[in-house]
Amino acid sequence: MKYVDEFRDGTVARQLAQTIAAEVDPERRYHLMEFCGGHTHAISRYGLRDLLPEEIHFIHGPGCPVCVLPIGRIDSAIELARDHGVILCSYGDTLRVPASGRMSLLRAKAEGADIRMVYSSADALKIARENPGREVVFFAIGFETTTPPTAVALRQARAEGLKNFSVFANHVLTPSAIQNILESPEVRSLGTIPLDGFIGPSHVSTIIGSRPYEFFAEEFQKPVVIAGFEPLDVLQSVLMLVRQLNEGRAEVENQFCRAVTREGNQKAQALVAEVFELRDRFEWRGLGEVPYSALRIREAFRDLDAEHRFGLEYRSVPDHKACECGTILRGLKQPQDCKVFGTVCTPDNPLGSCMVSAEGACAAHYTYGQFKNVPIAEVS
Amino acid sequence: MCLAIPVKVIELRAADQALVDVGGVRKEIDVSLVEGVQTGDYVILHVGFAINRLDEAEAQKTLAMLREMGVQPEAAA
Amino acid sequence: MSAPADTGSGTAVKRGYIRPLDFKNGKVEMAHGGGGRAMAQLIDELFQPAFDNPWLRQANDQALLGRPEGRIVMATDSHVVSPLFFPGGDIGSLSVHGTINDVATSGARPLWLAAGFILEEGFPLGELKRIVDSMAAAARAAGVAIVTGDTKVVERGHGDGVFITTTGVGVVPEGITISGDRARPGDRILVSGFLGDHGVAIMSLRENLSFSTNIVSDSAALHELIADMIRAAPDLHCLRDPTRGGLASTLNEIARQSGVGMAIRETDIPVREEVEAACELLGLDPLYVANEGKVVAICPPECAEALLAAMQAHPLGRDAAIIGEVIEDPHGFVQMETTFGGRRNVDWLSGEQLPRIC
Repeated sequence: MKYVDEFRDGTVARQLAQTIAAEVDPERRYHLMEFCGGHTHAISRYGLRDLLPEEIHFIHGPGCPVCVLPIGRIDSAIELARDHGVILCSYGDTLRVPASGRMSLLRAKAEGADIRMVYSSADALKIARENPGREVVFFAIGFETTTPPTAVALRQARAEGLKNFSVFANHVLTPSAIQNILESPEVRSLGTIPLDGFIGPSHVSTIIGSRPYEFFAEEFQKPVVIAGFEPLDVLQSVLMLVRQLNEGRAEVENQFCRAVTREGNQKAQALVAEVFELRDRFEWRGLGEVPYSALRIREAFRDLDAEHRFGLEYRSVPDHKACECGTILRGLKQPQDCKVFGTVCTPDNPLGSCMVSAEGACAAHYTYGQFKNVPIAEVS
Repeated sequence: MCLAIPVKVIELRAADQALVDVGGVRKEIDVSLVEGVQTGDYVILHVGFAINRLDEAEAQKTLAMLREMGVQPEAAA
Repeated sequence: MSAPADTGSGTAVKRGYIRPLDFKNGKVEMAHGGGGRAMAQLIDELFQPAFDNPWLRQANDQALLGRPEGRIVMATDSHVVSPLFFPGGDIGSLSVHGTINDVATSGARPLWLAAGFILEEGFPLGELKRIVDSMAAAARAAGVAIVTGDTKVVERGHGDGVFITTTGVGVVPEGITISGDRARPGDRILVSGFLGDHGVAIMSLRENLSFSTNIVSDSAALHELIADMIRAAPDLHCLRDPTRGGLASTLNEIARQSGVGMAIRETDIPVREEVEAACELLGLDPLYVANEGKVVAICPPECAEALLAAMQAHPLGRDAAIIGEVIEDPHGFVQMETTFGGRRNVDWLSGEQLPRIC
């Protein structure tokens, strides 16, 4: 695969890791937050931690849109399918997220609700066209990367005059989440959570550009390196962050220049602006209510808004008492610090969202990184 | 953030669709989010949509830099 | 295990069916499972001619098999694949291959199969014929007879068209002990070829996916390859075919049964480029994708080279590779050295592997 394989070259990776090892200051630690499920995944899947010197610490931020979706929103989705009899179309990631009453979309499906997995908003539109007698709702989630495809679907539905299609919108915004973390007392004033720099999300940045991050670098004096998706991109970005920190710089650098520009994809941004507007506030699992952090469908497209069409009322539901997803999402704790990690809460029986999504910090650690320190006897 | 993969555009189709290829696998996707897509372009595919074009010159530059970074003279110490 | 003598008296009687089965437009009806004339006709005009052998010609409810030489092995599988027809096979050939393989991975020579069908009312007879003919061809090619069977029909809406259950019987010669609990530290782990083909071939047809590839299911009967493997390495410890859940699940199962760990190398695991690409597109891990024509073998280190050579000499094992070793590990983890030289756990699959967006 072109532009994929080259960025997964193991030899180059090892050399890069050596360069990083040579340049880190042994007297300090580098706490780098990665804010992108894809990066969490790449780090675990390629075992990047094994390659890097111990001075480098990765913190998993709330970059997984499935992980930050509050229970109450999943409850609403289940309500749509179960009580309103709609065909609910959802991305695969969301199907297993635990909601209230030990329910999940997958369990609701097993109990008879018409819930279908789709790969794309276009699939949901197709289902709507093929089932004119049924209401079809697209359960839209995701950060800025995934929002434009939802916008396209809404415009298309409007253009075709599709009467039976609507969207349950849960799109959230990256800069707001970063701000929320940086402004938290633990980071800003107390300094209990050392956070030195950010590995910026790859694909969100192709849409929003590198400009929005300039504010954070400036205001909070933390360097940001927008990193590509592949393991070599992550390694190169780590090196760039190490250099910035060593030199006392706090800038926005773009490692993913093959796909990210300062302005981003303006066509996509315009499409989104046509259909969506900011919500005053939105609850994020683990972060509580965050102002101006999410989108809702505009007045002009309100008739295609499932919340409006079906009169959905949001009920906030607290996490399971023992669940530490909130603190883990903010980088305050590691999966191993959670009392129920690996015991009651496992990928087969997830209590919280960090364990459900493959990119969730807990799932990634459980699946890829757990017990990797078990000594392996040398086999001759 | 998400699962996305660079793919090559092999054929443009009606209604903002395009046939793309990655590693020998072909799929029809929506290219309405990217301005002026041409056959032969590389785009990033996410949830059935092209979300941006891949700049090949920049990609080559990054690759060159990656290889070079691994053998910096000062790092050899 | 001689076949029953064909007396000729029971088979030439005209049954007096008013008209032959309509394979063009006919559909399965409840009567076809009812035990009456309709069911008899289905057997007479479809199943029996397709599977034709002396046991079926006797038209009994059971098959008298005689006493084979060796220890008897039995295996059973239910097949619920959807879609029913896919590149490289269908539910019929899949069921025959699958059960032959389950029997063969004990080291046994497969001898006889039984096939039970649960048909959905309304299922097109033409498609049923395609499936049955495919089963017959697969069984004939493998030299295994389908000696007895059963048919039931369920109401429309209560089935996925066709469900097939196959049971196989074989014999293992003395001195061969192949079992999942025999893996020992130091053993080598081998796979017979490219992984993930079947699962991706199936997924390419599922409704929500629309890509056209050259990926074809690897569904195949492995008993002859396995016979060659045992000849080359009689002290083979474990054999298993990595079907649902893929290589990862199979290795985890064996690790648990044997109380050992495993260390495999990502660079040595054979996966076709298109399968990698398809998995990338879907957010799936090829290690967990189903295979229907591959076998995982675990053998003592001194046999590994000979075993590999025997596998590569057979058409179904051409791309075989040694992918790792069995190690001491009380936790029973399967660990993989990534292409980067780092290490990651290859855990059990949780639930069903769901394609991801992020």
